[in-house]
Amino acid sequence: MKNRSWAFLAGGLLVALLLAGVVSNYASSHPDGLDSSLLKGCTVDADDNIVGGSCPAQQARDHELADSPLADYGVRGVRNSFVSTGLSGVLGVLVTFAIGAGGFWLLRRRGATPTDGDAATPTEGDSATSGDVRRRADAAS
Amino acid sequence: MHISNGIIDGPVAAIFAALALAALTACVLRGRRDLDDRLAPMAGLVAAFIFAVQMLNFPIFTAGVSGHLLGGALAAMLVGPWVGALCVAVVLVVQALIFGDGGVAMLGLNITNMALLGTAAAYALIALLLRVLPRTRAGLAVTAFVAATLSVVVASQGFVLEYWLGGTTDLGNNLGGLAGTMAGVHLLIGIGEGLITATTVLTVAKVRPDLVYALRSLRAPAAPAVPVAGGVR
Repeated sequence: MKNRSWAFLAGGLLVALLLAGVVSNYASSHPDGLDSSLLKGCTVDADDNIVGGSCPAQQARDHELADSPLADYGVRGVRNSFVSTGLSGVLGVLVTFAIGAGGFWLLRRRGATPTDGDAATPTEGDSATSGDVRRRADAAS
Repeated sequence: MHISNGIIDGPVAAIFAALALAALTACVLRGRRDLDDRLAPMAGLVAAFIFAVQMLNFPIFTAGVSGHLLGGALAAMLVGPWVGALCVAVVLVVQALIFGDGGVAMLGLNITNMALLGTAAAYALIALLLRVLPRTRAGLAVTAFVAATLSVVVASQGFVLEYWLGGTTDLGNNLGGLAGTMAGVHLLIGIGEGLITATTVLTVAKVRPDLVYALRSLRAPAAPAVPVAGGVR
């Protein structure tokens, strides 16, 4: 059971790494639904730069961290755009997983009460209990 | 659907930052009840997966416009609405602080639309549809697809509300035009969101049905436990 969960996690992460590391290079670079809605009233060239008219998008300001080494999903200093995009995607997946899994792990509910729908096996129950005892011992010392 | 700096004025952005912070705190407090040793790493994976798929802008039928997954429906399906909203918020924070995507000053607005409104709308639809649709793979797929599609439209209207309150360009009386444009284009993007969400949920349900929160909590055989748990607070 435990092993199956690890396998699922590893498999899921691998899929995410492939999507962000490789497939991301084939993503559309056109403005998204929000940005294109804000371009209404302006005319744009083939690279989606505003060339005339007036529209809400003209109010857009630079990002506070536009100089960040990973800004715009590229790694600064990497010339090859395929590698640059892919590497930034891989880093993003790993950072997001580390922050997410780490944060949720710290927030998780601890204690011996079994969750509903979770058929607690004797071993799980035992480890939870011993963990509780240890925690109580820690608190006492 | 990330708002760039300068699109919404500072005071409105600050108000939404405070609102988003309060709502995320509520999600942490309530989400802790769902977060056990098994759900915590799964939620991390959901966040990482959403980050990856958000990079994959797909073209929609309208020429020159793309869209990408928001992920609220997917997260609500797999880890529940409270932890799900936190997953999307983690992605948005990483994108704003590391990848320069979505203004840092606009983070509260972006979290409100994509993490809070999108996930809440999706979960309301999931809870409704899982109860009325047949308990089959097709029923699960339709639930995921419809909830995901409409959640994107709801999130887009969150932006329209924010623009009405603090948009930096005076649209005259044409806010309805913006609402219509946003709804139309995001209905199309929502179809993409629906297809990705349904495919992913069906895949997880096939491999590890016990890891699909919506199936555990809304279709659990121990149905009497649900009203009791809901009535505690």
